[in-house]
Amino acid sequence: MSDTPVLDVRALSVEFPGRHGTLTALDGISLSIQPGEILGVVGESGAGKSMTGLAVQGLLEPPGHIAGGEVHLAGRRIDRLSDRDMEKVRGAEIGAIFQDPLTSLNPLFSVGQQLIETIRQHLDLGRREARQRAVELLAEVGIPAPDERVDHYPHQFSGGMRQRVVIALALAARPKLIIADEPTTALDVSIQAQITALLRRLCDDHGTAVMLVTHDMGVIAETADRVAVMYAGRLVEIGPVVEVIGNPQHPYTAGLMGSIPELGARKPMLTQIDGSMPRLDSIPRGCAFNPRCPHVMEKCRTDRPELVVSGSGASACWLNDKEDVA
Amino acid sequence: MLVFILKRLFNAAMVMLAVAFLAFLIFRAAGDPVEIMANDQMSIEDKEALRDSLGLNDSFVTQYLRFVGNAARGDFGISYRNGQKVLGLIADRFPATMELVLVATILSLVIGIPLGVLTAIHRGRWHAEALQFVSIIGVSLPSFVVGILLILVFSVILGIAPAFGRGEVVDLGWWSTGLLTPSGRAALVLPAISLSLYQITLIMRLVRAEMMEVMRSDFVKFARARGVPRWRIQFRHALKNCLMPVITMTAMNVGALIAFALITETVFQWPGMGMLFIQAVTFLDIPVMAAYLCIISFIFVTLNTVVDIAYAVIDPRLRHATR
Ligand SMILES: Nc1ncnc2c1ncn2[C@@H]1O[C@H](COP(=O)(O)OP(=O)(O)OP(=O)(O)O)[C@@H](O)[C@H]1O
Ligand SMILES: [Mg+2]
Repeated sequence: MSDTPVLDVRALSVEFPGRHGTLTALDGISLSIQPGEILGVVGESGAGKSMTGLAVQGLLEPPGHIAGGEVHLAGRRIDRLSDRDMEKVRGAEIGAIFQDPLTSLNPLFSVGQQLIETIRQHLDLGRREARQRAVELLAEVGIPAPDERVDHYPHQFSGGMRQRVVIALALAARPKLIIADEPTTALDVSIQAQITALLRRLCDDHGTAVMLVTHDMGVIAETADRVAVMYAGRLVEIGPVVEVIGNPQHPYTAGLMGSIPELGARKPMLTQIDGSMPRLDSIPRGCAFNPRCPHVMEKCRTDRPELVVSGSGASACWLNDKEDVA
Repeated sequence: MLVFILKRLFNAAMVMLAVAFLAFLIFRAAGDPVEIMANDQMSIEDKEALRDSLGLNDSFVTQYLRFVGNAARGDFGISYRNGQKVLGLIADRFPATMELVLVATILSLVIGIPLGVLTAIHRGRWHAEALQFVSIIGVSLPSFVVGILLILVFSVILGIAPAFGRGEVVDLGWWSTGLLTPSGRAALVLPAISLSLYQITLIMRLVRAEMMEVMRSDFVKFARARGVPRWRIQFRHALKNCLMPVITMTAMNVGALIAFALITETVFQWPGMGMLFIQAVTFLDIPVMAAYLCIISFIFVTLNTVVDIAYAVIDPRLRHATR
């Protein structure tokens, strides 16, 4: 693809200075998303999925900060922008969807007020036009009777409907990129599919790029175009969904995939790899996965594998390196 | 909403009936009013006749209901001390106390809320920490000490504010106000500050704690992710979510302020209800004490009811819960 990617993250590192030394929460993450593409991001809890999204949006909680690397949004570098300038990027060019729709909305303002606030923050519209747009957005995300619902308060919506409102808020200024952090985790199973289908449709209709963080491999298989696998703050594999699921290059990915019963069977993914991911303050030397890896070699304990492109994907594992050499 | 308001009003009425019952008991416990009023010339028959005419031979319940009926019309009888109507005595003193409490409350909100927001959003910087430290002193100083210190500094040493009395007052019908004359306003300054200091620090600390809590909430993070500017999140989204506890505390504390006013009024010789009550206690002036009890309770109950209704206005969740 020769298009400028909507999001281009290059060797991004995030650090948290602390009393007991500096924690490296993200270590050299590189990924990109094309217009209209959904990139799934998976990995165990604590792998740094949310952190990646927050870093891109400039929402890291101090003392956390970007310690290295670059973030480009549609060709423009945004990781060095002031908070003021980032306010103009957030909501306008990057929309966000959070995990829990019950707590994402301010309970004391009607959804219309929150929509109009966002719209007028980023678009030069009058009160009336903004309201009109708010109603259209609610209609677009599939909320019935939007011209009535626009004046309702968050508590008057069900969980699934609230997540639709959150999506409408994310879309308010037609962003190029949407970062959806586990948008369906807090929802009823029956509603999850509707929400992911909605995301897929919006993405197709408007060419919006989506970074979709999830634990649910079923969601990835059904909605994502490509998938990035994270482990202990590092990217271990990235590539087209079909290839990563069908022919994982990294033993960790293989372990993750081993736990999906069958494609399309929507089941919460359970990690069945022995052991657990190391804490940030005790990441082993070499490959972070080496203590749990079934194929561990001497080299894995001393040298860190780089992300190497092979075919349409890339992975960070010495196994693949050996194959290349051979 | 209407059902909600009616329910609250009903509750308020029940509480007032209970308070009236207590006040009524004080009367009964104080002994036979005929013996207090009677002189030596009265025969047993005369006393019995007086008792009859006062309705003291009626049943307990009838007497109680009559007391409630009279109290509801503002008739609390006659002061034992000087034979004046109790209601008149209290009505004379009421405006002084209310003006003091009102100004103190406004001061505490106008100063406390911004200070609370400031110390929350500038947390960690030296001026916010200094304010937070000073507020601990504010909370722990007893109000009569504050009053005496203020008098010492501003009246005795600097001589820029009067130390006692209410200054000149203007009569507006049944309300006498000190707010319309320079000397009345000047006289209000020190007592109001003294009375509000504790409230200021309380509200400041409450707002600070609430703000820090709310600023951590998901909807604040989401508002940031929507690109809402920081100041707008702080003053619109977060502050509004802090207001509920502030309203509750303010309203509840107006009652406490009236009680505290007793001390402040004594220190500043402020001619309010508190002073009247202190005098009534020393003279065992039961009707005045009973009336004071009823009126203070009435204010408490009214405030509580208003708070409940104000809640519903601010928080849509409560508004709809009762639909
Ligand atoms: N303020 C902080 N200080 C230090 N470390 C932090 C801080 N916040 C998060 N971390 C660490 O950063 C790492 C990445 O967290 P992140 O929230 O991105 O994980 P995640 O992949 O989204 O997990 P989950 O699936 O549970 O949401 C975690 O190990 C976490 O402990
Ligand atoms: Mg997360």
